[in-house]
Amino acid sequence: MTAPLLKVSHLTKSFGGLTAVQDFSLTLTEQSLHALIGPNGAGKTTVFNLLTAVYQPDKGDVALAGKRLTGLRPYQIAQAGMARTFQNIRLFRELSVLENVRVACHLRCPHGMPAAIFRTRGHRAQEAAITQRCTDLLKTFNLANRAHEQARNLPYGDQRRLEIARAIATGPRVLLLDEPAAGMNPQEKKELRVLIRSIRDRFALAILLIEHDMGVVMDLCERITVLDYGKTIAEGPPEKVQKDPKVIEAYLGAPAAL
Amino acid sequence: MAEPHPNLRGSIPSFRPPLVGTVVRSAMPFLIVIAIAMTIQLFVRPNINSYLAIQLLTIGVNIVLAVSLNIVNGFTGQFSMGHAGFLAVGGYVSGSVTSYFSLTQWGSKDMVGGVLSGMPLDAAGLPWFAAGDLMFPVALICGGLVAALLGLAVGLPSLRLRGDYLAIVTLGFGEIIRVLIQQTPAVVKTVEQAQSTNFLELATSVGGALGFTGLPTYTSLFWVWLFAGITILVAYRLKISSPGRAFLSIREDEIASEAMGVNTTRYKVWAFVIAAFFAGVAGGLSAHTLGVALGPVDAGFLRSFDIIIMVVLGGLGSISGAAIAAAVVTLLPEYLRPVAEYRMIIFALALVLMMILRPKGLLGVREVWDASLWRAILRLDKAPKKGRP
Repeated sequence: MTAPLLKVSHLTKSFGGLTAVQDFSLTLTEQSLHALIGPNGAGKTTVFNLLTAVYQPDKGDVALAGKRLTGLRPYQIAQAGMARTFQNIRLFRELSVLENVRVACHLRCPHGMPAAIFRTRGHRAQEAAITQRCTDLLKTFNLANRAHEQARNLPYGDQRRLEIARAIATGPRVLLLDEPAAGMNPQEKKELRVLIRSIRDRFALAILLIEHDMGVVMDLCERITVLDYGKTIAEGPPEKVQKDPKVIEAYLGAPAAL
Repeated sequence: MAEPHPNLRGSIPSFRPPLVGTVVRSAMPFLIVIAIAMTIQLFVRPNINSYLAIQLLTIGVNIVLAVSLNIVNGFTGQFSMGHAGFLAVGGYVSGSVTSYFSLTQWGSKDMVGGVLSGMPLDAAGLPWFAAGDLMFPVALICGGLVAALLGLAVGLPSLRLRGDYLAIVTLGFGEIIRVLIQQTPAVVKTVEQAQSTNFLELATSVGGALGFTGLPTYTSLFWVWLFAGITILVAYRLKISSPGRAFLSIREDEIASEAMGVNTTRYKVWAFVIAAFFAGVAGGLSAHTLGVALGPVDAGFLRSFDIIIMVVLGGLGSISGAAIAAAVVTLLPEYLRPVAEYRMIIFALALVLMMILRPKGLLGVREVWDASLWRAILRLDKAPKKGRP
């Protein structure tokens, strides 16, 4: 339970003169829920992009279950077992809900293009298994009744949930959620909390999430890392982080000097 | 909550569908395609005039071209403007195979075909099967394979580029092919001459700027519709399968696609290679048509534009749309012949109107057999809601 599943050490990334992320380290254990918070522009999404190889870090290392991920391409990271959602939802908008999830099963498919053209036994078995698995997954996410709708026609909250479902279809061990509660109403946020906990248990995932909604963060997460201007200013359980003067300063500004 | 999800992390669990059923279901559509192509050749062809037969043949070739380009431009969302380059390569390679194989083995370039090859008005005098019937598909596939290889060579470096840049590179590729063909030596016409030239030189003696003339005319409605059917079948099977969804996801959102584990570069190159193969086959079909002169101009961008227009009109990503558009674009100029001076204007206007009224093409990504399309046409669905951001 306590062996480090994801180990991020000393990640650094600069864009020109701006150091977006500086010396970022993080350890995720199996099935933990960890939040990454910080004011706008603190570098949270950059951390996600570094973890999933959208950007290559200038320095530092990422290891998942002992396997070094640095230098891999994004699809290889997904294969290694780390999946993500995006801050500005990136669904395959013209594809159906079911197809969105089916695409994500692609990386576990041993049968490729010739098998598809000749419809071999292996191919048919694989397609049937994918469809079964994705239908199950959509049921878990309460999206089964919209399986054949185009993804872009879903209501906003459903789109967010579909993105999580799609990420889970890749079979990850670590799930990165980039502002899952953004744009949701209080009721939806409540449901989201239940959902995140249940998928953590059901799929045995470690979840790292970026979130601005402190209700969600404090209620859900066991540990919190706070970023400001690319630097980690606090790390620990919610009660400790809430009282940290540096965190209060970052969010509310420094107390007036008397 | 409920039971843990089975085996989500490993490979997808496999069960085995029955073997016999799988073989039947795998082969049946191909057999049906062969049957349709034979029917067209043996029963339709004798009952229509040559003009109509040529129309039908051109439509078939254009279907191969449009449907294959749709795999790159429609499914994968890349913009290739060099399809005619692959077409010309396939035409020249297969033409070189048929003419020089015939010349060296059979002593002349004349067609040695049965009832399935050629476009005779009266097929009664022809044998059921001749050696040429075997050589021709082999030549076509050679042309396709060389084009596919070239597709790989062009695709690997250039598919790192996106959008406009890729369009420019592929456009340049077609032009390079055109200029290279212009430099080739004159066509070898006699057996003695063929025997005195070495293999490589003979194979590349394809006529330069004058065009590759004197090809045996094997192309018949059978071959054309056989390959049109195969192209549609392959495109369809790809579209509804796991690799096809990988293609479509690249078009929809490349970053998300890669993040979901799709090796986007590999799939883009694959799309390019498959499309190039069928373009090469179409080139071979077009080259061996009676009355068609194969020349360097076939590799030029004007021909590429023709194919792009078909794909865009039909709907990027729609196989049936591309096929229908191929037919319409082939026939339209013929029916506009009475107003010949204005037909390009009418054609252009039709394109402009199309872009305004149906910017996603005739069918969008949908197929004629999709129920949702017919519901939309018959207005059984509510009016489509404007998508929320």
